[in-house]
Amino acid sequence: MIRGRGTTFFCGSSARVLNGVCLLLTLVALLCLPIADIQIYQVDPWAELGRMGTGLIWPHWSDAWELSRAVGQTVAFALLAVAIAAPVGLLLAMLFHWRSVRILCASVRSVHELFWGLIFMQIYGLSATTGLLAILVPFSGVFAKVFAEIFEQQSLEPGRTLSPKVMGLRRYAYTLIPQSWPALVSYTRYRFECALRSSTILGFIGLPTLGFHLETAFKQGQYAEAGALLWAFILLIATLRFWLRPRLLPFYLIIAVVLLPETVGFSNGGYLWQFISRDIWPAPLLAGEWAQATQWYIELFQSQVWPALVQTLALTQIALVLSALVILALYPWATRSMAGPMMRWPGRFLLLFLRSTPEMVLAFVLLLLFGPSGLPAVIALALHNGALIAFLVANASDAEWGGRLSRPDDPSGLKRYAYLETPRRFPAMLAFLFYRWEVILRESAIMGILGIATLGFYIDSAFEEIRYDRALVLILFTAGLNILVDTVSRRLRRLAHPEAHLEASGIDEKVDRDNG
Amino acid sequence: MFKVLRRVLLLALVLPALAQAETFVFTAIPDADESRLQQRFGKVADYLSTELGVDVQYIPVKSYAAAITAFRNDQVQLAWFGGLSGVQARRLVDGSEALAQGYEDQFFKTYFIAHESAGLDAGETLSEALKGKTFTFGSKGSTSGRLMPEFFLREQLGEAPEAIFSRVGFSGDHSRTIAQVESGAYQVGAVNYAVWEKELANGEIDTDKVSVIWTTPTYPDYQWTIRGDVDQRFGEGFKARVREALLGMDDPALLESFPRKSFVPASNSDYAPIEDTAKAIGLLD
Repeated sequence: MIRGRGTTFFCGSSARVLNGVCLLLTLVALLCLPIADIQIYQVDPWAELGRMGTGLIWPHWSDAWELSRAVGQTVAFALLAVAIAAPVGLLLAMLFHWRSVRILCASVRSVHELFWGLIFMQIYGLSATTGLLAILVPFSGVFAKVFAEIFEQQSLEPGRTLSPKVMGLRRYAYTLIPQSWPALVSYTRYRFECALRSSTILGFIGLPTLGFHLETAFKQGQYAEAGALLWAFILLIATLRFWLRPRLLPFYLIIAVVLLPETVGFSNGGYLWQFISRDIWPAPLLAGEWAQATQWYIELFQSQVWPALVQTLALTQIALVLSALVILALYPWATRSMAGPMMRWPGRFLLLFLRSTPEMVLAFVLLLLFGPSGLPAVIALALHNGALIAFLVANASDAEWGGRLSRPDDPSGLKRYAYLETPRRFPAMLAFLFYRWEVILRESAIMGILGIATLGFYIDSAFEEIRYDRALVLILFTAGLNILVDTVSRRLRRLAHPEAHLEASGIDEKVDRDNG
Repeated sequence: MFKVLRRVLLLALVLPALAQAETFVFTAIPDADESRLQQRFGKVADYLSTELGVDVQYIPVKSYAAAITAFRNDQVQLAWFGGLSGVQARRLVDGSEALAQGYEDQFFKTYFIAHESAGLDAGETLSEALKGKTFTFGSKGSTSGRLMPEFFLREQLGEAPEAIFSRVGFSGDHSRTIAQVESGAYQVGAVNYAVWEKELANGEIDTDKVSVIWTTPTYPDYQWTIRGDVDQRFGEGFKARVREALLGMDDPALLESFPRKSFVPASNSDYAPIEDTAKAIGLLD
C-alpha cells in the first residue's frame, strides 16, 4: 500500500518548540552576516530612480500588437506546461512510495527553470519545446511532491471500505483522488500563477514572453516601456480569478497551442547525444586520464563550488529571516480586521506589486540604491517572498473574520495584531516560510548579476564561456544543496503545523474562501 | 545499450525536427540597442533575401552564449558576433569562417569610465589609483566589455581584476554599465566606445557625473561568421555570395542596425590576437 503516513509523525507544535526554531534560525542568520558579502556603497541613484518612477507612472508601449502577443505567449507557455505537468505529477505522486521516484522528483525541481531553459536550449535550440520543457520538468517534480503530501492527509476510512485485494492505481482512482480533488485543483490553480512568473522569467534567456521585452527595456533604460510590461503582468495576475475558468480551459488550451512561437530554422536534433556524451564532461575525463580528471574536479570544487556554496547558503539564511520580518510588517495592512475593509486594498495592492515583480528587477533597482553586494539580493528576495506569504497570511486572517472564532470583545489595532492575529497565524506563516526556503535558495543562486559570487553566478559564467562541464558540476551541487534544504524544511514544516501541510491544502482553500 | 539509448533520444527529437525548412537563418549578438530588433534586423533579412534569392530569417537572442549555441546547433547559419564570441563559435564549428567585419571593427576600442566621486583623472595609462574601487564589466562574454579591458588591466597593473578592485560586477550590457557608473552603483566601468559615443550624441549621459578616464589601444572586434556547410545546403558559391551581399550593403538604414559605416572583408586570422588574449586570461582552454 502507500507509504508510512504523516500522521505517524507525531510532534506537538508547542509554542516552545516553534520559538526555539525561530531563535535558532535568527541566530544562524546573524552568524551568516559576516560571511555574506554585504556592504553599502555611497551612491547617487536619484536621477536613474526618478526615470524609473516616471516610467512606472506613465507607462508607454507603442506597439499594442507586440505587447498583446507577448502576453499571449506568456500565458500559452504557462498553461500548456501546467496542463502537462499536473497529470504527470499526479502519476508520479501515486508512485511516491518508491524512493527512486522521490529522488527523481527532488532532483528535477531543485534546478531553477532558468537553468533548465539554458540546458534545453543546448539541445532544442531557441524553440517552444525548450520553453515548455523548462517549465514542465521542474513543475512535474513539484506537483508530484505536493500531490503526494495532499494524499497523505486524506482520511484512511474510505480506503478501508475497498476490498484488500484492490491495489495501487485503483485505490487512488476510487478513494484518494476523489477525496482530495478540491485540494488538487486549487493547488494546480495556485501553481499556474507560479508558471506565469516562470514563463515571464524565461524571456530573460530569449523566449518571446513578457520577460524578453522587460529585460530589454530595463537594460536599455526605457523605463516607460518597462513600466507598461510590469503593469501588463500585474494585471494578468490580478485578474487571474476572473478569466481562469475551468469551463474555458479546453478553449484556452487550443489557443495556447496556436500561440506558441514557431521554431525558426532548427533542423538538427543530433546535438543531444553530443551534449550528454561529450560537452558536459571535462577533456581529461573524456581522454581517460583519471588522475587529471580528479584534479580538474578538485580544483573546480575549491575555486568555485565551495566558496559559492557558502555564499549562497549565507544569503539564503539572511533572506529567510528577513522575509519573516517583511511578512510580519506587511500582512496587517492587507487584512479586513486590522486595516479595515476598504483600507486593506492599498496594502493588498502593495503585496500584489511586490510578488508580481520579478526578483531580478527588484534586485536591479536595489542595486542602484545600495551599490553592488549581497544586500540588494537579500532584500529583493525578502520583499518578493515576504509579500507572497504575507498575502496568504492576510487571506487566512480575512477568511476567519466574522467567523465562529470571533467575539464581540476581540481587541483591535495593535493589540489585536500582537495578541490575537499574529499568534494565530504564526504556525501557518512559518510553514509557508519553510516551504519557500527552498525557493529562496534556488532564487539566490540566480542573483549572480549583482557581482556576488553565488552558485548562480558561476553557472551563468560557465554557460557564457560554453563550459558545460563546469556547469554540470555546479548545477549538481546546487541541486544537492536544494535537496538538503528541502529535507530540513519538510521536517520543520511538520513541526510548525503537524496537522496540515500548508502549501498543499492551506493556501488555496483560504484564497478561494476569500474570493468566494 | 548505448545504441538503444541513442535511438530513443533521437526519436524524442523528431518533433522539433519536423519544423525543418531550407531557410537561411541569421542572428546577431544582443549588444547595443536591443529594442525593436525584429524590425531593424527584419530589414537586413529582407535585403539578404533579395540578394541571395533564398528565404532569409532573423531570430533574436538574449545572450552571447545563446547566439553561439544557435550557430553551433545549426539553428542559424550566419551570425553577427563579437570578437570573442566569433572565436568561440568558430572553435565549435569546423569549417566556419569570418566573412566580413564593420569598418570600425578593424580598430575597435574600449573606454574606461568613472564616476566623479571616484576622483580619477583621465590619463595615458591605467593608474594605481584604481585599486580598491568598485568596477563593472559589461556582459561576461563581451569582447569590448570584458575580454579586452580585463587583458589591459592585467597587463598594466599586473593583477587579476578581482585583486585590483574591491568588487567586480558584470552589468550584462554596455548601456547598463554606463547607467550604473553614472548612478555611482559602481565607481568604474569598461564600455564599448561605440555605445558610449552614441549615447553621448543622444544626450543620454550626464558628463558631470561620469567621464572617460582611459582609452584602450585598438583591437579587432565584431564580424559576420558563416558555417562551413552552407555551400552544400544552399548551392555552390553560396558563401561567396553572402560575403558579396554583406560587403555590398550600403543603405544607411540597414547599416544603422549595427551601427557601422560599412562592411569590409575579414578572415579568421584577423582574430588570432583575440583568441590568444582569451587563452591568456583563461576564458578559453
